[in-house]
Amino acid sequence: MKLQRRALLRSLFAAAAIVTVPRWVFASRPDAAFDADNADGAVGDLFDGPVTESDQVTLKIPDIAENGAVVPVTVSTDLADVESIAVVVVNNPTPLAALFELTPQSVPEVSVRIKMGESSAVRAIVKAGGKLYSASKDVKVTIGGCGG
Amino acid sequence: MGKPIKIRAKIKGDVAEVKALMPHPMESGVRVDADTGEAVPKHYIQEVVCKHNGTVVNTAFWGTGVSKNPYLSFKFKGAKAGDTVEISWRDNTGDTSVSEITFK
Repeated sequence: MKLQRRALLRSLFAAAAIVTVPRWVFASRPDAAFDADNADGAVGDLFDGPVTESDQVTLKIPDIAENGAVVPVTVSTDLADVESIAVVVVNNPTPLAALFELTPQSVPEVSVRIKMGESSAVRAIVKAGGKLYSASKDVKVTIGGCGG
Repeated sequence: MGKPIKIRAKIKGDVAEVKALMPHPMESGVRVDADTGEAVPKHYIQEVVCKHNGTVVNTAFWGTGVSKNPYLSFKFKGAKAGDTVEISWRDNTGDTSVSEITFK
């Protein structure tokens, strides 16, 4: 009888631990995605499922970047339950530039400055409510920012 | 220990907006040193953890495509005067830095 009670308590604690684990998609850095040398591969390494272009994702980035070494990007969305935001520079040697893992306390708006090696499409992918949404902009770069 | 992070944060209503500047060379490994002719080794921030009163509000994972001396801005709900925001980063060499501010 004592043994059964102990086993029951143990499994209850284990269940409670699982329930309280945060629901972020990535607990640690997805290195493979950051090493991927093509945009679709990087996104595929991060997320499963179809990505839908959505005007609920706002990608703020200049049309022309004079200095490709420092290009300001802001991604925001009015979608609910945002888990992750990824920034992908399609023509960069390793396209995945940044991945933001948010929490229920976050307001889904992030800004960062990225390097662009050459003119390229820049894509923002948002995972919200388990689904994937994106917005994309073509950015012209005058002087490449990868160290040339 | 990496250089300290400059943090500015303000609260509008219930939402805190935090802006951080992190001195760091952010070498992608692609740039060639003009003097030596060799590629400068990769040296870049890979992970940034942002906390509010000790609880993580967001984590950023970065690749080599983030600019030198990275700027990061993010927002979260539920902030008030007296609360703290802590930002810490870790780079690919294992170096780290942590800085904290308190909302006035």
